[in-house]
Amino acid sequence: MSQPLVEIKNLTKVFKIGGGLGLVSRRTIKALDSVSLTIPSDRAAITALVGESGSGKTTMARIILGLLEPTFGEVLYKGRRISDWLKKNRMEYLREVQPIFQDPYSVYNPFYRVERVLEMVIKKFRLASSKAEMREIISKTMKDMGLRPEDLLGRYPHQLSGGERQRFMLTRILLMRPRLIVADEPLSMIDVSLRSIFLDHLTSFKDKLGISCLYITHDLNVASYVSDSILVLCHGRVVEAGPKDAVIEDPLHPYTKLLISSIAIPDPKRRWKEKTDLTSIESFEKLKAGEGCVFSARCPYASEVCKEKVPPLQQIRSERKIACFL
Amino acid sequence: MESESMSVLEVQNLKIYYESVWGSYKAIDGASFKAYRNEVFSIAGESGCGKSTLVDGILRLVKPPGYIPEGRVIFEGTDLLGIPEDELRRIRWVKIAYVPQGAMSSLNPVIRVEEQMTDAMIDHGSMNKEEARELAISMLKEVGLPVEVARMYPHELSGGMKQRVIIATAIALKPILIITDEPTTALDVIVQKGILELLGSLKEKYGMTVIVVSHDMAAHAQIADRIAIMYAGKVVEIGSIHDIFEEPLHPYTKGLISAIPAMGKKSIKGIPGLAPSPLDWPQGCRFHPRCPYARDICSEVEPSMKEVSPGRHLACHP
Repeated sequence: MSQPLVEIKNLTKVFKIGGGLGLVSRRTIKALDSVSLTIPSDRAAITALVGESGSGKTTMARIILGLLEPTFGEVLYKGRRISDWLKKNRMEYLREVQPIFQDPYSVYNPFYRVERVLEMVIKKFRLASSKAEMREIISKTMKDMGLRPEDLLGRYPHQLSGGERQRFMLTRILLMRPRLIVADEPLSMIDVSLRSIFLDHLTSFKDKLGISCLYITHDLNVASYVSDSILVLCHGRVVEAGPKDAVIEDPLHPYTKLLISSIAIPDPKRRWKEKTDLTSIESFEKLKAGEGCVFSARCPYASEVCKEKVPPLQQIRSERKIACFL
Repeated sequence: MESESMSVLEVQNLKIYYESVWGSYKAIDGASFKAYRNEVFSIAGESGCGKSTLVDGILRLVKPPGYIPEGRVIFEGTDLLGIPEDELRRIRWVKIAYVPQGAMSSLNPVIRVEEQMTDAMIDHGSMNKEEARELAISMLKEVGLPVEVARMYPHELSGGMKQRVIIATAIALKPILIITDEPTTALDVIVQKGILELLGSLKEKYGMTVIVVSHDMAAHAQIADRIAIMYAGKVVEIGSIHDIFEEPLHPYTKGLISAIPAMGKKSIKGIPGLAPSPLDWPQGCRFHPRCPYARDICSEVEPSMKEVSPGRHLACHP
């Protein structure tokens, strides 16, 4: 088996918070706790990292993008540490690993016209050897994305509609031909009727161009639509991992089951059966870096051992992993 | 279900325009619907359709350069657009509660939760501090929050908790109608379910009319009884939640429903094209440029809203 594209081993990230007010403790917060994950290099795939706020998913994104350093553990891209890449081959890394953030509206300098944004990318990464070639590449890439160059060139990003901006963002990424896209809640500010276009593009990037994606979201509906495999993150730990269909149809971990049963299904015939107990949906204990399984405070099956020891992530069937004492 | 009984809220041909140097920005251009006691009535639509503006209009929160050139908002038999300001103030909070979009960020960070709740109650509910305090505590319990929250500051609470504080305050005086705009945006899945169920329970517990304005069709599917679909400043279809999902009639509604990603769905289809601008609504039916069934008449004549079957309203050329 060839070296994986991304290999994360026992990644732990701790933040120190000082001078807290109220219940935000003065202690440390373990945003990520011994997280391991692998993204293969032999076939492109979309891996969903699913978790609620506070699960550590955004921290994970930022570490992979090189914006944060791990506290413990290793984060390797093509076998080398990210910090190493950034020191010795920064340009290459920034080109191969591309982010897509939540807000497609804020990433552009409002004073630069559309073509300048793309030209800057080409110049920075030396993707063309002449001005003519540059214009060629821009035009072709835009057409590949279903945008008409004659419509967009000459305008400013804020003059584009939401859908056009979204596609423009993907055009910029496409120009760089990354190996991995790290997308953090990319759909949250995009209308429902435009989402399928975005998701279909991600899928065709994977199928036609071999571009993998780490798709970070709290929305299991979208994760189940677009991903190949799913990792479930809870309070900084991976509690379940497996192929998409298996995790969705046969969730094993109590937290995954809870998440799935809480999803709002867009079908009035399939309404929630059991009411969520409002007093249990959140607790102040969330931020405490305590002992035991991260989910034990809310788990209906929690037993003594769950509160004392942390269950390790184990492979239980082919390709399925779960961290639970049951 | 829609019935012969008198509606709690009836919006008739409401128009809300904004004057600008580029012309009239016709945000809402003739919206009509009815909402009844004891139901969850949803208003759905994507960004730009005008649903939040519609709520502003209903509550008379439209400020210049916005104005209401036409329309009536009849609440319990009275046109809210025609009554004096002080009478309106007596209705607000006591009879009509409003939880705007992003309300949780509007909580004052330096004032304790309890005080913010009681301030509102004392202002509108003619009760003393002690009574307001008791009411606040009981409302916190009502929404599943521990009483400790009363003495805390908003920044110590999570998004879901803040939203529940807002809802607790809103329903404290047992209003007849509560309007919430995007009540679950930015909240986690499990908290979303809790909040939506809480809103749905208000109708059973208090007989309230709960109007939920949101782009989230899945949320509507879970708790609504009836739903109005908005597009480009107009209401294009109204019906029971089951009818709308199982048999959408308006091409936009059809497109919207097939665009929702859901577990188990193998493919989703978007709606081609883009939403039009309120400065330049298309001629005739506003959806015709994106409509797969558009005919000549669609680009010439704007279809009016008709009751095509009991309780089912549709604005589309047959």
